[in-house]
Order: sequence, then C-alpha cells, then structure tokens
Amino acid sequence: MNTARVPDKTTRRFSLTKTLRESPVAQGLFLMGPTNTYLIVFMVIPLILVTVLSFMSRGTYGEVVYKFNIESYIRLFDPLYAKILGYSLLVGFLTTVLSLVIGYPMAYYIARAPARQRSLLLFLILLPFWTNFIIRIYAWIMILRSSGFLNSFLQWIGVIHEPLNILYTPTAVLIGMVYEFLPFMVLPLYTSLEKIENAQLEAAADLGAPPWKAFLRVTLPLSVPGMIAGTILVFIPAMGMFVVPDLMGGAKTMLIGNVIRNQFLTARDWPFGAAASMLLMLLTMVFTLYYTRKAGFGEELLI
Amino acid sequence: MSEKKPALWLRIYTFLVYAYIYIPILILIIFSFNKQKLNIRWEGFTLQWYEKLFNDHQVLLATRNTLLIAVISTLVATVIGTMAALALQRYHFPGYGASETLMYIPIVIPEVVMGISLLAFFSLIKFQLGLATITLSHIAFNIPFVALVVRARLHGFDKSIEEASMDLGANELTTFWRVTLPTIMPGVLSGAMLALTLSLDDYVITYFTAGPGSTTLPLRIFSMVRFTVTPEVNALSALWVAVVFVILFISEYAQRRRA
Amino acid sequence: MKKYRIVTLFILLALLLVACGGQKASNVLNLYAWSEYVPQGLLDDFTAQTGIKVNYDTYSSNEELLAKLQAGASGYDVIIPSDYTVAIMIKQGMLEELDHSKIPNFANLDPRFTNPEFDPGDKYTVPYQWGTTGLAYDKTKAPFEPKSWADLWDPAFANSLVVLDDGREIIGVVLQTLGYDKNTTDPAQLDEAKQKFLELMPNIRLFDSDSPQSALLNGEAWAGIMWNGNAALAYMENPDIVYICPEEGCGVWFDNLAIPKNAPHMDAALAFINYVLSPEASVMITEEFPYSSPNTAGLEYLKTYDADLYRSYMDFSATNPSAEFLAHATPIRDVGDATTLYDRIWTEVKGE
Repeated sequence: MNTARVPDKTTRRFSLTKTLRESPVAQGLFLMGPTNTYLIVFMVIPLILVTVLSFMSRGTYGEVVYKFNIESYIRLFDPLYAKILGYSLLVGFLTTVLSLVIGYPMAYYIARAPARQRSLLLFLILLPFWTNFIIRIYAWIMILRSSGFLNSFLQWIGVIHEPLNILYTPTAVLIGMVYEFLPFMVLPLYTSLEKIENAQLEAAADLGAPPWKAFLRVTLPLSVPGMIAGTILVFIPAMGMFVVPDLMGGAKTMLIGNVIRNQFLTARDWPFGAAASMLLMLLTMVFTLYYTRKAGFGEELLI
Repeated sequence: MSEKKPALWLRIYTFLVYAYIYIPILILIIFSFNKQKLNIRWEGFTLQWYEKLFNDHQVLLATRNTLLIAVISTLVATVIGTMAALALQRYHFPGYGASETLMYIPIVIPEVVMGISLLAFFSLIKFQLGLATITLSHIAFNIPFVALVVRARLHGFDKSIEEASMDLGANELTTFWRVTLPTIMPGVLSGAMLALTLSLDDYVITYFTAGPGSTTLPLRIFSMVRFTVTPEVNALSALWVAVVFVILFISEYAQRRRA
Repeated sequence: MKKYRIVTLFILLALLLVACGGQKASNVLNLYAWSEYVPQGLLDDFTAQTGIKVNYDTYSSNEELLAKLQAGASGYDVIIPSDYTVAIMIKQGMLEELDHSKIPNFANLDPRFTNPEFDPGDKYTVPYQWGTTGLAYDKTKAPFEPKSWADLWDPAFANSLVVLDDGREIIGVVLQTLGYDKNTTDPAQLDEAKQKFLELMPNIRLFDSDSPQSALLNGEAWAGIMWNGNAALAYMENPDIVYICPEEGCGVWFDNLAIPKNAPHMDAALAFINYVLSPEASVMITEEFPYSSPNTAGLEYLKTYDADLYRSYMDFSATNPSAEFLAHATPIRDVGDATTLYDRIWTEVKGE
C-alpha cells in the first residue's frame, strides 16, 4: 500500500493498479462489481418498486395513485385467492411429482448406458428443449384437439367413438406442463445418478443385498441431491406459469401467474398485481430456503 | 455406473418417453407440408407455407430482433457472468455471501414476477419499451446462469499453471489472457450457449418488456398460434427445429473433432 | 479453435443480419391494433404507395391496449381503440388531435358514424369498422337452436361454448340476460351478474378473443359469444353457422383510428389514416375481415369490384345487420369508477 503522501498524479494512478494486482480482495470486488451493479439496478430496484407498488392505490382508469393503502393485501385474503394459490401449488406439485416419476427411470437408464451412448441420449433430450417453447405447446394443441391426432387415432382403431374432451381441461394443462419441464428434472437426476460409484453397488451386492434393495438403500438415497435440484427447477417455474394454462387450458384456469399477468395487462390494477407477486415471491423464497438448507445448491444443476 | 445391460422394461419405457417427447414435433413438421389451411386433415404436399413464411415481413422482423437481442445479451452476460464466477470461486471479499445470494435470485424468482417488476421499473423511469428494454432484461437473467455454469467448471481448476506462468515472468493480465481464459473456455462457451438458448426462447419476460416494432419470434409465434392457425406456424416451427438441429450437430461434431 | 471459429461466424452472421435489416427510422409507421383486423395486403399496398414500412403489433382487447400505453409503450403511431376506450383515452389526454386537412378521404364515410357521442366533432378519431356482438352457433352441432342468451345456460351446452375473453362484453351479456343495463354501475346488480356468470362457467369450453371462430369451425365449440366479423369468417368456411341478436339484446361497437399522444411519426400516421379511408383500402378490409364498414364510398366500390362479395355482405346478418337487429343492440359505455368492479368480477369468476 502506498505510504508516501505524494500528491503526484502518476504515483497515485500507479497505486490503484498496484492495489488491484496485489490485493485479492480488490480483485474479487472488481470481478464481482459489474454483476452486483447490474443486478442491483435491474433486479433489486425493480423488486423494491414492486413492493412499494403493492402498497399504493389504483386510479379509476388503471393509473397508479400514490396513496398508501393496504387494500391490495386485504383483498388477497379473500378465500378465492387462497384457492387460486392452492391450485397453483397443486399444479406445481403435480407437475413436479409427475416429472419425477416419469423422468427418474429415464435418467437411470441413461446413467447406466455405455459412456458413448450417454451423450447422444442426453443430446436427444435437450434437442426439443432448444426448439421454441410455444411451438411445442402448439404441437400438443394439434394433438389433443377434438379433431386432433389423438382422437382421430383412437377413433380409427376403434377404442372410442366420441372424441375425448382433453383440450382446454386441467388434464391438458398438466400434459403440457410435464412436457415442458421434463428435461429440467431428468438432467439433474442424471447428474446425480451418474456419480454413483460402481464400487458402492458392488459392495452392496457382496453384502448379500438383492438388486431392488440395493436400489432402495444405496442408489435412491444417493440420488436425492439430484431430486432436490430437479424439484427446485420444476416446482418454482411451474407455480408461476401462465402461458400453458392460457393456451392449453382455454384461458379458463386461473393460476397465480395468470392473476398477476392480468392485473398488469388487462385489469390494470398494478397495486393488486404487485401484492400478488409479493405473495408468490414469498412462497418461492420459503420453498427455496427450506430445500437448499437441506442439500445445497450448485453443481447438481449442471451437467 | 455399472455396465450391466438394463432390464428390458426399462429400455421400452425409455423409448416410450422419447416418443412422448418427439412425436408432437414430428407431427408439427409433417403438417407444415399440408395443403389444407386449417391443419385438420391431410390434403396434399405443398411448400406454399414456407414460401408465405419467407414473404412474411413480420416474421422476418421478429427473427432479426430475436437474433440481435440474443447475441448482444449473451455477449454481455457471458463477460459479466464469467467475471462473477471467477470472483465467487477464487476470492474472498466483504459482501461475498450477499453477492452470491443476489446473483442467484434471478434463477429462483418466478419469471412473471421478474417480468412485471421490469415493466414497472421501465415505466417509472419513462424508458421507452422496445429492443433496448428487452435486451437489458435478458442480460439480467442470463448473468446468473452463465456464472453458475462457469463456476462448476472452475471447480477442478489447478492454480499451479497460473503460478507457473507468473513465475515465468508474465503479469496478471497476460496470464489471464493466455493461460486462464483458454483453460476455462469450454465452461465459458457452455455458459454462453445456455444464455443464448434462454434468450432465444424467452417468452414471459420479453412479453412484458416489448414495445413497438420490437416483436420477437416467441412473441410472434404465440400470436400466430392464437389466431392465424395456418400451417405457416408449422413451417416456422419446422425451420426452427431444423436450424437448431444443425447448430447442435455442428457443435457436437466440433467437440468430437477436438477430442 | 474450431469452436472459436463457429462462435465468431455466428456473431458475424448476426451482425450482418442486423445491418441488412436496419430500417430508417423516418420511413416507418408503428401500428398497434387488434389481431386479425388489418389486412397485410393493405399494409403492403400502403408501403408500395408511400415507401413507409408498417410494423403491426397486436393486442386482443381494449384493456390490453390501455395497459400497454399506460405502462409506457410509447412509440406507437396509430391505434384502433373501441368507442368506450376512446372516451377513456380522451379523458386521460392520451390522444393527439387530428389534422383533418390531411384526411380528405374523411368525406367517404357514412354520416351515421361520424361525430359519435364518444368523440364529438371527430377531434381525435375517425371510424374504422363497426359491428355487433352476438350469438353464433353451428346449427348442425348445437343441441337446439338458441334464441336467447339464457339458452346458453342450458345444461345441453355443457362445455361447448366459446366466448370472448373480454370482461365488458361477457359481463354485458350476463347483465342483459338478467334484464339490466349492460353499462350499469349498481353494485347490487353487478353482484347478481357475478353469480349468474359463475353459473355459465361449466358451459364455457374456452375464452378466446383472437380467433373464436376457429373453435366453432374445428368442433371444439358448438356455439358462442363473438363479434360479427368472427361469425362472418366462420360462415365463409361453413354455411351452417348462424349469427343472431338474441331476444334480450346484443352489442354494437365502433372501432376507430386514433393517434396516441407524442406519436413519433405524425405525418405518416395521418397519411395512413387517409389511405385506410380510401375505397380501395376499405374493400380490402371487407374482403379479409368482414366486419361492418362505415365507408359508403368503399361499399359503392365493392358493388362493381366484387359483386358476389357485395351481395353476401348485404345478405348476412353479421356484416349487414337489419334495423331490427340493431334496435336491440347496445354499445358498451365507459363506467368510470365502476370499471374496477367489472374488472374484479372478471378476475374472480375466472379464478373460481
């Protein structure tokens, strides 16, 4: 550090770069700086704004009136919103469970496949994920319509005579959601499963455990970090989704995401929308904190 | 994992799941060649929808916008995110915990909340909604994802090569540029690819921050699905799938050649 | 190394696309209008005549238009709000006054539609299209032919209705079914409407303002509440579609071209509005989106341009409603503070 109090421009400038070079703390701060600044401006401040908004009032035509008011929060206590929230949680929960149940055997298969096949199999799961999300939902609409493929096919082979009413029902919404979120569950599961050492399984076998027991006692518990990561990646976005219920549910199903969206872009009640967002965020944070306390956060999420 | 052949039921099951994933896309592609306008029955092979697509001014504009936003936001987010990853993985500084939490918030926050908060923010500071607002928003959610990916790759990084480089007389900047960066490059590129995907595919946040003339492909596709419902949408989808397939194939091939 | 090259290639490609696609700011018009409302052919013709390129962004409801404009999506030059929305926008000072000297084609309009109650003197708007909101059904699929809104509540229509995703329209229908004024501000009446609306929910298969006729055409729905243009489009593909104004009354609406305050391309906007009022443009609109046209010169032109279309326009109740039809039609009006009540009902019923 510079001790000489020489008010010489060149010396001072030199010491700044020197500090950067020599002090790891300065280096760390320098590297972290842009991210912090950017996120404070474009994330923290907007979120604070939303918090403030939730305590404001709505003008006659949808403008925001800067008058303090907790009416929005009081409205949230209406049993209707508890129902919507409950429904959103249910959808999130079901999507997560279904993705887990459907995705686990698949992740298991890929993890046990020969090494050269594995990257191909993973690639095949990722490929649809790289195509546009709305396109994939549209594909399902084409299939599930009354005159769509599923019905045409089932009628053709004679299993049913009247088209099944799937589209625009909660079932359709679930099919769409699981379809969207499956890769998010399979990938962390795969990562976890892949790390399980052969040696442990062999040890279990040597100790006389049958395959199913080895699975239950060794594989399953060791794959828990993957399950947790997958759950976080699926449950949170699923809860706040509004696109799938809009497109596949006929805009009939109101999830908390739809409520928030509507308050901002249709009903124009920003304070109420902000309050609802606060609620959703609170739930999300509680959920995340609880889960990450259990098993940490980072590497399982990645390949 | 064990090399024992997995059970037959498991193989069949996995095959079925892959079918569940791919059949909708295949149907979509096949019907992009359908003569009939309403997408219900097959009426004959035609390329007219592709032709219509290339003449569709709105779609071309949307494509241009989407690519522009994706490239810019990826570049910026990759640089900033990589720096953050380096900071978090190798240094200790005051505010470490807070910085880490701050960085991960965009990942756990529901997209709709992030979208409306940005809308409210831009609205308040009277920043006109458009390409700029969309790009700024994309950068915000991309940074954490890039940082996450790069951090994971930094895990096994051996500092001794850096020390060796410095011992040989190179200064910090040269060391970083010539030694560190090339080594972590695969991770950085993975992060960049992830950011690119997230940006190209984003619907919710873009929906809230878009303005005049700044429609993107996901927004356009959503409108087309809502009201046009001609096979033009299928054609667009098929093209998108094809392009993605080609890109991924090339990148996989390139990776293989390297190895 | 290969990866670097690929990355650089993509960046260059993207930059190339940007460079090629760049539009000169002055030769652009930003149009913000309903989806399925302005024919691409019309926009292309306008570009061919004036060299001004048109960006066409869409919304599905007046509320969405208001929301986006209030949120700060400035930069739009021409918008197409409905009657009651114009009233709201004028009250909030959101519209530019029109320079009528630049809109000579204004003379082409039917005087029945000029100088409306929501914009006296046509200071801010000119009529674009008008129409009705009524009951459409497929006579081969509906269990019986409905004659009144109340018929739609019949359990025979379970899960088979498509209705507009529009609070004022649908709550308006419910109020009419109850015999009330569809623009009431009485909270007691509105509460009753909410309950009645809840009873309709099991019959509603989907909400759709963008393309309700699709559901009728592909069999997802057998009947529905939609705008006349939607019904006309459905009829053109399937002559079994019927469109009526039910006994309790239906809706009538007037859409208008307007320029939002501080539009960046005023001259282009005025030129566009003038162009849209020309007979050629009017005919293009009627051909593709058969709502009702307020443009007498346009309809005259249609007689010779496409006699068949003219005849079917005149014959079908959706495009050319009879005086009797219109006698039962009420427009939506701005309800001031009560807007919040309507919005709430909409959110709450849909959330059940």
